[in-house]
Amino acid sequence: MDIILEGIRQAFILLFSLDPEVIGITWFSLKVSGTATFISLFIGMSIGTVVALTQFPGRHLVVSLINTGMALPPVVVGLFVTIFLWRNGPLGFLEILYTPAAMIIAQAIIATPIVMGISLAAMQQQPRKLRLQILALGATRIQMVWILIREARLPLLAAVMAGFGGVISEVGASIMVGGNIKGYTRVLTTATVMETSRGNFDIAIALSIILLLFAYLINLVLTYIQQRERPR
Amino acid sequence: MKTILEAKNLNVIRGGSLLVDVPGLEIFEGETLSLIGPNGAGKTTLLQALCFLMKPSTGQILFRGQAVGAAQHVLEYRRRLAMVFQEPLLFDTTVFNNVASGLRIRGQGGAEFRRVVESQLERFGIAHLRDRSAKTLSGGEAQRTSLARAFAISPEILFLDEPFAALDPPTRESIVTDLEKVLAETKTTTLMATHDRNEALRLSDRIAVMEKGRIAQIDRPAVILNRPIDEFVASFVGTETILYGRIREKSRGTLAAVVNGTEIEAVGDALPGEEVILCIRPENVTLAMAGGDAATSARNTFTGRIERIVPMGLYQRVHLDCGFPLVAYVTSQSLEGMGLIEDLQVAASVKATAIHVIRQGRRPAGTH
Repeated sequence: MDIILEGIRQAFILLFSLDPEVIGITWFSLKVSGTATFISLFIGMSIGTVVALTQFPGRHLVVSLINTGMALPPVVVGLFVTIFLWRNGPLGFLEILYTPAAMIIAQAIIATPIVMGISLAAMQQQPRKLRLQILALGATRIQMVWILIREARLPLLAAVMAGFGGVISEVGASIMVGGNIKGYTRVLTTATVMETSRGNFDIAIALSIILLLFAYLINLVLTYIQQRERPR
Repeated sequence: MKTILEAKNLNVIRGGSLLVDVPGLEIFEGETLSLIGPNGAGKTTLLQALCFLMKPSTGQILFRGQAVGAAQHVLEYRRRLAMVFQEPLLFDTTVFNNVASGLRIRGQGGAEFRRVVESQLERFGIAHLRDRSAKTLSGGEAQRTSLARAFAISPEILFLDEPFAALDPPTRESIVTDLEKVLAETKTTTLMATHDRNEALRLSDRIAVMEKGRIAQIDRPAVILNRPIDEFVASFVGTETILYGRIREKSRGTLAAVVNGTEIEAVGDALPGEEVILCIRPENVTLAMAGGDAATSARNTFTGRIERIVPMGLYQRVHLDCGFPLVAYVTSQSLEGMGLIEDLQVAASVKATAIHVIRQGRRPAGTH
């Protein structure tokens, strides 16, 4: 028990004294996962919206693939990104393996299907007649899509939150393509793995508390979005 | 009367079935035309096809004489219309922004735009709700907002698809009253789909009765009500008594028809020996005590037994057996005053002019 209590005490000291290493790792994690989520937002939301609003042969297959992608194991993504970026790999010439860029690519690949799947559901959940109503109001197709996106803004925010939550807590891909290099590619999760293996529970707990805090904030927003009402 | 919208050979086919088959339909400027009919008759489909929300499979739609989709761009056409659905379909924003949305889509803004939106809020009695979120509105308030949004763009044709079907009776009554007033004021050409014949009778200049994708009859409300073209229209507009008979004799404009052995006099046009359908509206049947002196100018008086009395709110529906079934409406007051009860013998009378005759053509006996 002592280890845990002492660890928690030390963790709070690290947090409240704004320990430069903890703050640095947190800031870097936010940067990498934030950028990855931002990229996934563009790809995921646009493809999700198109799939939601159009009918084409094989649509069911596409939707099921997107939903499968939402559960893509990070280590699998890490493996393939590593192979592609490996010195002799197809994209080896970029020489970005073990850099933040590689981590952003891997995390964007993990977040994109999550954002896509939730965006697709959010756009599909709007009453079908709403589209007719928007067209009847004289909207062009582009205006209609914009209005639908604006109407689905909260569920779309949920998509972003879920995507961010997926990558900030992910460890497999980050450690494989980033390498957990101190001060360069070390993020909250990879640092926690390392510090735990070294027996530095205080700093590991401090980092975990920050991760939990993110998880809590994300779920707070998601809960608020789920509980809201739709206008008639 | 000037035609504003015309449909020619309009067919809508979806999934192999013919949903709408309208060879010709003209809508006149300033009129209110109602499409009535049972669920699945094609009212909504016809409405959506006419505003190009659903692409017609064949045929042409002419707006002010120009073919939509060919001579006239669909978007431009749609921008001159407005549509209100059964569901208010409001946007997740304030009431003001909802009413303003049609104008904003057209790229309008500024002082004149605000004035138009404000006047629509006033007109539909929702000015006090202008800053409220659409999410917090009651059903009636939401539908008023939807109507204000439609009128804000000053549509040249207003399409209404069962706009009051989801509202409770008092709310419906107050919105219908307001809409009636606004339509009288703006003289907006209106096309309304409804399955409520009373609403249609109240608001319309003309009514089109639809059945299985076709327009069975289109005419003024009084004509639809009193001179339905066939059995379907007759029963849909509330003709409770529909009888099959044969013309026995024709003299001086009066027809003598035989129904189940009983002779009924009617005014109409048919030839002796011809099979006919006789339509009798329940409000045109008067009841008196049997054997008493039925002091009425009606030519037809039948003695019958009361089979069943069904309360209908303000009045009672009395089913009689006069050798043929006959239905009469009486007020609850006269029901009590006359002491009408089931199994009682009464005298029912109908004026010959109140019986509508539908010709069936000559057919051999016993085909019914």
